[in-house]
Amino acid sequence: MVGARRLAGPVVSSRDAILGRIRKSRGRGPLDAAPPRPAHPPLPARAQVEGEAAVAQFAERAEAVSATVIRIATLADLPDTVGAYLASQNLPSDLLVSDDPRFDAVPWDDRPTLEIRRGAPAKCDLVMMCFADAAIAETGSLVMAGDADNPYMASFVPETAIVVLPKSRVGGGLEAAFADFGAGKAMPRALTFVTGPSRTGDIALQIELGAHGPRRVHIVIVDDDGDEEKPLP
Amino acid sequence: MVDITTPAFKEAGREALADPHLQAALTKLRTGFGARRASAIEQLPEFDDFRDAARDLKDHTLEHLDYYLELYERNAIAAGVSVHWAADAREAREIVGDLCKAVGARRIAKGKSMISEEIALNPYLEALGYTVGETDLGEYIIQLADERPSHIIGPAIHKTVDQVADLFFEHHAPLGKTKRLENIPDLVAEARDVLRDGYFESDVGITGANFLIAETGSMSIVTNEGNGDLTQGLCRTHIVLASLEKVVPSLDDMALILRLLARSATGQEMAAYTSLTTGPRREGESDGPEAVHVVLVDNGRSAMLGTPLQDVLRCIRCGSCMNHCPVYGAVGGHAYGWVYPGPIGAVMTPAMIGIEKGRHLPNASTFCGRCEEVCPMRIPLPRMMRYWRAKDFEAGLPPARQRLWLALWAWLARRPTAYRLATGLAMRALRLLAGGRGRIARAPLAAGWTGGRDLPAPEGRSFQAQWSARGGSRGRS
Repeated sequence: MVGARRLAGPVVSSRDAILGRIRKSRGRGPLDAAPPRPAHPPLPARAQVEGEAAVAQFAERAEAVSATVIRIATLADLPDTVGAYLASQNLPSDLLVSDDPRFDAVPWDDRPTLEIRRGAPAKCDLVMMCFADAAIAETGSLVMAGDADNPYMASFVPETAIVVLPKSRVGGGLEAAFADFGAGKAMPRALTFVTGPSRTGDIALQIELGAHGPRRVHIVIVDDDGDEEKPLP
Repeated sequence: MVDITTPAFKEAGREALADPHLQAALTKLRTGFGARRASAIEQLPEFDDFRDAARDLKDHTLEHLDYYLELYERNAIAAGVSVHWAADAREAREIVGDLCKAVGARRIAKGKSMISEEIALNPYLEALGYTVGETDLGEYIIQLADERPSHIIGPAIHKTVDQVADLFFEHHAPLGKTKRLENIPDLVAEARDVLRDGYFESDVGITGANFLIAETGSMSIVTNEGNGDLTQGLCRTHIVLASLEKVVPSLDDMALILRLLARSATGQEMAAYTSLTTGPRREGESDGPEAVHVVLVDNGRSAMLGTPLQDVLRCIRCGSCMNHCPVYGAVGGHAYGWVYPGPIGAVMTPAMIGIEKGRHLPNASTFCGRCEEVCPMRIPLPRMMRYWRAKDFEAGLPPARQRLWLALWAWLARRPTAYRLATGLAMRALRLLAGGRGRIARAPLAAGWTGGRDLPAPEGRSFQAQWSARGGSRGRS
């Protein structure tokens, strides 16, 4: 049977055996609570940035890890900026867009050459666009909350990931991204920090982009993201 | 492939020193990883504060490990995860095998996991008839070569571009890739292409875990390629192998360690992907597994608690100790003969395979202390190697001649007058041997040393003589 070992006498589960060994090494029985955890040091200086400085630092760090960043005023600018990006990279204008309702009102007809499909990525999808939940100025990381609207695999399956980031969602340190989650709060099923495109150094230590995930990560920061967005603490 | 060849460390080391391909790869490793780490740390002046805090956090977690494991288990179950406990490698293998059988799996995709190497999972699953595909590029290369990883974060770091080109040419030809590729971008692109179907067609995805988060019941993996996420996101069943010490209390505690992990490993601020997944696919979602199983593997770890080896359980598997180790840098990972090479291997291996088989590893160190200096978790690796040397001696394992020399040394070291006399004579003899060149190319009883390098001749006066001359005290203060 799984998880249990037969000893000479009754069945002792491995769970009990392991926990028993840990408690014996500590010379005590089970605990109802643990004492407070050791305090963390203050956030590093580079994580203590806010507002416009945080957005600028995020963009700088993201570009340092080979992502590309562009800023637009409103979501109405999205068709033009995406169309121009795809053309500049010689990519097809066939674009998969996630089911996030914020994309519903985007005036796609402004750029008639774009072929927009909505949904979740399949093996053949080369370019996909979705929303990021937040971003981290400390490291240039996007924070992706994978759910039905913006699937987890949107950050991994396509060759080119276009990510829309509301400006108000750029936080300083890694901890800012966790502020909405943690004990007693809902956790998205998949929360992913994406820091630049996929990469590998597994052949002769030479860094190559696009090992399995996207070769390109293009970040579109939207300045005016409407009033339903809540800024990061 | 699963054989333990650690007892032949000396012979393997000699062969490694004579292998020009390996030596070229190791030179690249020393300069590459070392320089990247140094520059990453320069950019975070608070690095050492975070090391101290991470050490204290891990110590706290180990002190209350039973509590945090149970808290993790409770929250993971609440999120829909099945949690299994494996006392040893055999039980862990059997749990995974049973799970694969229960879902009628045929094809299995795997993300890189050191614990799966430790429990020798692949040969077990293959013997049961499953097709197991490694998805991390480095792991894939060594799977093709039928070797084990030579480095914990760069499994195929010992392979040259040419060797990889040969392997791909040989193994990809049946897939219709009949051109021998020669440059790295083409090789990476071909591997991407060949491995992609595996994610979509495998029934089970197996990954390791970098963290288990007690307060949320989440598991986290940190990768650069994204293969671990494709593995767990696209297979119907996700099996996670995690050793007990991967648990951390909270998300913020993980953030603390994340500031150290990638900087120490590859010199990045963050790896490309750090993902936290909590339970199976939810309603309305288009990806994610239908079932998630986490196997908590002990395999000797709970027995290390409360012993002088406990601190090694703080290890976050960054590989920094081996990147900076002169011994690893000379012989590479395979010579160590089991799963964990380098200084961390010199401490872990004897604990897992026994000091009798693992005794060469803790002895193969000059105690230069570089490993402890660069360890993000401040693990006192040299002190632990010294612990193993003492165990080695107590068990009577060193050969008689070595024991005799050590006994002579001990006798001398306890008798200051005799010691001064003997060292004075030895210094004069060595200077004579050097004959004014300052270096000794061959010396009696020291062929093992001078075979590979010159022995520097002593210069000036002895430390004790200089100490006295400067008015230093002789007595015990």
